[in-house]
Amino acid sequence: MIHALTLILLCQLIGETLMRWAALPVPGPVAGMGLMLALLAFSPRIAALVVPVGEGILRHLALLFVPAGVGVVGHLDRLGTQAAWLMLAILVSTFLALLAGALVFLLVARLTGGSLAPGAQDDA
Amino acid sequence: MREFAEIWSYLASGPLVWLVLTLVAYVTADALSAATGRAPLANPVLMAVIMLALLLWGSGTPYAVYFEGAQFVHFLLGPATVALAVPLYQQGRRLRRAVLPVLAGLLAGSVVAVVSAVWIAGALGVDGDVLAALAPKSTTAPVAIGIAESLGGSPTLAAVLVLLTGVTGAIMVTPLFNALGIRDWRARGLAVGVAAHGIGTARAFQVHPVAGAFAGIGMGLNAILTALLAPLVLRLFM
Repeated sequence: MIHALTLILLCQLIGETLMRWAALPVPGPVAGMGLMLALLAFSPRIAALVVPVGEGILRHLALLFVPAGVGVVGHLDRLGTQAAWLMLAILVSTFLALLAGALVFLLVARLTGGSLAPGAQDDA
Repeated sequence: MREFAEIWSYLASGPLVWLVLTLVAYVTADALSAATGRAPLANPVLMAVIMLALLLWGSGTPYAVYFEGAQFVHFLLGPATVALAVPLYQQGRRLRRAVLPVLAGLLAGSVVAVVSAVWIAGALGVDGDVLAALAPKSTTAPVAIGIAESLGGSPTLAAVLVLLTGVTGAIMVTPLFNALGIRDWRARGLAVGVAAHGIGTARAFQVHPVAGAFAGIGMGLNAILTALLAPLVLRLFM
C-alpha cells in the first residue's frame, strides 16, 4: 500500500510542479491524474499495485468533501440578500446542465454509432 | 477524577478529536444513506456537514480549530483526484469508444452550466461581482476559487456556491434521469461530473462504477474547460 500511495503522491507532486511551471489553469492533481493514467497503461505491475489502493480511496470520496463543506456553512451569510435568487439560479442551471450533458452525449453516441445495445449498459 | 470540561478543553485543542468526529459523522451519515437504500436526499456529504456544523456551533468551536484535525481528511482530495485515473484505466475500452460523445456532452454541459447560471442570476438583478463567483460553480472547488478570483469575485462566496451546486446535482441526478428513462450509465455519469464536480462524482460512484468513471472524466475535463469558458461568458453578460 505504501508503494501505491507514494506513486499517487508523486504523480500529484509532478502534476503540481508542471502546471505551476507552465502557468496553465489545469489543477495539479488533474494533471497528476493524466500522468497516473499513462503509468497504469504503461505497466501492468504498477496497475496491480495502484488499482486496489485507488479503489479504496475512491470508495469514500464523499468523506473528503466534508471538511470544506463544514467551512462553507459558516459563510452561508455571504449569499446575502440575494440568497434566494442565487439558489434559484443554481437549481435551474444544474437541472439544465445535467439535461444538456446527458442528452448531447446520447445524441452524439447514436450519430457516431457508439451507443450500446439495449440492456448492455449493465455489463460492467 | 478530572472534570469533563477540563478533559474536553485539553482534547479540543488538539487535532485528534476533530479528526475522529469528522470520521464518525461521515460513517454515521454513510450508514443512514445505506439504510435509506442510497436515497438521493439522504446525501452523506450533506448529512455529515450538518452534524459537524451543529457540533461546532453547539460547542463554540472556531472553524480554524476544527480544521486542525479535519485537514488530514481534506488533504486527501488531491491524491483522490489522482486516483480517478484508476476507474478511467479500468473503463479505458469503453471510454475510447465514446470519445466523441464525451467531448460533445462535456461541451454542452459546461456551456449550459455557466451561461444559464449567469443569465438567470443576472436577469434576477444579482450584482456583477457575485456573478463572477457564480460562473465557475460547476467546477471543482480549487479551480472555481481561482477562476472567481481572476474575474473579481469573492473566493469564499465561490466556495459556498460550488458546495451548494455539488449537493444540488448529487440530489437531483438520480430522480431526474430515472424519470426521463435515461439508462446509459456513461451519459448519466458524465453529465453529473460536468454539472456537479466531485460531490456529483461521489454520488455517481455510489450508484454505478461506470457512472463513477465517466463522472470523474467529466469533472476533470470541465475544470479545464470552465477556466477557458467562464471569462468569455461573463464578458458577454456584463
